[in-house]
Amino acid sequence: MKGFNARGVLAIYRFEMARALRTIWQSLAAPVITTSLYFVVFGGALGSRIQTVDGTDYGAFIVPGLIMLSLLQQSISNGSIGIYFPKFTGTVFELLSAPISSMEMVLGYVGAAATKSMVIGLVILATASFFVDLNIHHPWAVALFLLLTSFAFSLFGFILGIWAKSFEQLNFVPVLVVTPLTFLGGAFYSIDMLPQPWRTVSLFNPVVYLVSGFRWSFFDKGDVDIAISLGFTTGFLAVCLTIIAIIFRTGWRLKN
Amino acid sequence: MDSILSIRGVGKTYSSGHRALESVDLDIARGEIFALLGPNGAGKTTLISIICGIVTPSTGTILVDGHDARHDPREARMRIGLVPQETSVDMFETVWSTVRFSRGLFGKKMDKAYCEQLLKDLTLWDKRDAQIRELSGGMKRRVLIAKALSHEPDILFLDEPTAGVDVSLRRDMWKLVSGLRSRGTTIILTTHYIEEAEEMADRVGVIDKGRLLLVDEKSALMKQLGKREMTLTLQEPLSALPAELAEWNVDLQDEGHRIRYTFDAQAEHTGIPSLLRKLGDLGIGFKDLETEKSSLEDIFVDLVENDR
Ligand SMILES: Nc1ncnc2c1ncn2[C@@H]1O[C@H](COP(=O)(O)OP(=O)(O)OP(=O)(O)O)[C@@H](O)[C@H]1O
Ligand SMILES: [Mg+2]
Repeated sequence: MKGFNARGVLAIYRFEMARALRTIWQSLAAPVITTSLYFVVFGGALGSRIQTVDGTDYGAFIVPGLIMLSLLQQSISNGSIGIYFPKFTGTVFELLSAPISSMEMVLGYVGAAATKSMVIGLVILATASFFVDLNIHHPWAVALFLLLTSFAFSLFGFILGIWAKSFEQLNFVPVLVVTPLTFLGGAFYSIDMLPQPWRTVSLFNPVVYLVSGFRWSFFDKGDVDIAISLGFTTGFLAVCLTIIAIIFRTGWRLKN
Repeated sequence: MDSILSIRGVGKTYSSGHRALESVDLDIARGEIFALLGPNGAGKTTLISIICGIVTPSTGTILVDGHDARHDPREARMRIGLVPQETSVDMFETVWSTVRFSRGLFGKKMDKAYCEQLLKDLTLWDKRDAQIRELSGGMKRRVLIAKALSHEPDILFLDEPTAGVDVSLRRDMWKLVSGLRSRGTTIILTTHYIEEAEEMADRVGVIDKGRLLLVDEKSALMKQLGKREMTLTLQEPLSALPAELAEWNVDLQDEGHRIRYTFDAQAEHTGIPSLLRKLGDLGIGFKDLETEKSSLEDIFVDLVENDR
């Protein structure tokens, strides 16, 4: 489509943010409580045994992984619900009949989903700083990873929302794929701590690169090179963008 | 004809293999009210959905005020408002926010005065801060109309606007439609109810099994295809029709108490005077005489029956 329907994008963005604001306390309470629990369990119980990883206090060491875990879960669920719900209730007819291009629609929905995730990421960071001393080495890199990861996985969630035909399918990917990958992706340990062949196997887990890059931003140390992490994250974003472009070109699962 | 909507060769085969629409050609004049009349499953919603961009056509082209709906969708869609058949609304939104959302989605700057008037016209103003789930079914329909009109479209589609709607809302709806029409909005509605088309529309299209069987001015249609009937209530019941009446299209009804004569309203000689004279000659007296025009309903049923 020619031109740019900025008001349309804004309408979707505001709609989605208003929806989140209606349940703001649930949205924020859950990650704050979960994070606190992780600190009690991992930081308190395990931390007294492990003490340091790679010269970083264990309590601080798990912060990037914890944020990344929530970021992935939140982005995927926010991104998928935003588009799945109109499909489910039938209100999607209005979106499809509106003078709004697919990319504008993505911008509105994914923009809102990513905003919510980033807010939650920052809330977790703030919560964590009550428990441990954090000395962030590369604040700009933290911001960049927060932004890239939120967008990439909200977009991934959006694709999931278009693909899903039931709530079961909607929950399938986050619960059975993403959460295990995150736990096995070095969120709570350095993959260098693993024996072979698990260390090599881990390198096939995409979440490893995200967590490692994010951890580098905090502590100037990661499991893999920062350039590889960054390349992987932008690469994932590009793949999701391509898939979404193809979906909209063909009208797949949105139009009859 | 100055057509605001021009449909050429539009057909649709759903992925299930079902052919819902054959090649449809149709022109809608600027400012008219057009009624698409057809039984369940005729393809009315499919046709509307294609024009509005919700369903992808298998064949054909659509021009909305000169803009190709496929190649220039933004220009085409800006001009269209749709009230769908199903009541799908965001239950947790308020009336005001959902109307505001629709207007924004269609790229229009917020106009509080316009939206306020719109809600007042639809008697929704008092409910503006209510969540939609708290409204009755009829009220939800009004919300859908408000959403469709929020961006001031040139063409309004009403897919079965009065299905499941009470008399007062129905009357309000017609008031709204004539108000819109006087402001120059083109209106296309679908219906199963012939009275609705008869009451409101300038032109009527009859659709069945994905084919547009006929499109004509409502008045011309009724004149052309309209049959008239004359019923005579007899003084004395007849056990059988006298053979002398065979040259008229008459039959006995109500156990011989009435004679019904069906004739073509367009014909030069209706045959009424000669029939009455003949009855006089035969000594058949009558105490009452009624004539009646066949409604669009009869025309419609005829057409659809013949098509089967
Ligand atoms: N998504 C779909 N997939 C397959 N077939 C469909 C689909 N939608 C509609 N159809 C079929 O296409 C035909 C036309 O349906 P459509 O909804 O256009 O009819 P309609 O004239 O609006 O009927 P009604 O008066 O009941 O609303 C029907 O036979 C219907 O079963
Ligand atoms: Mg229909």
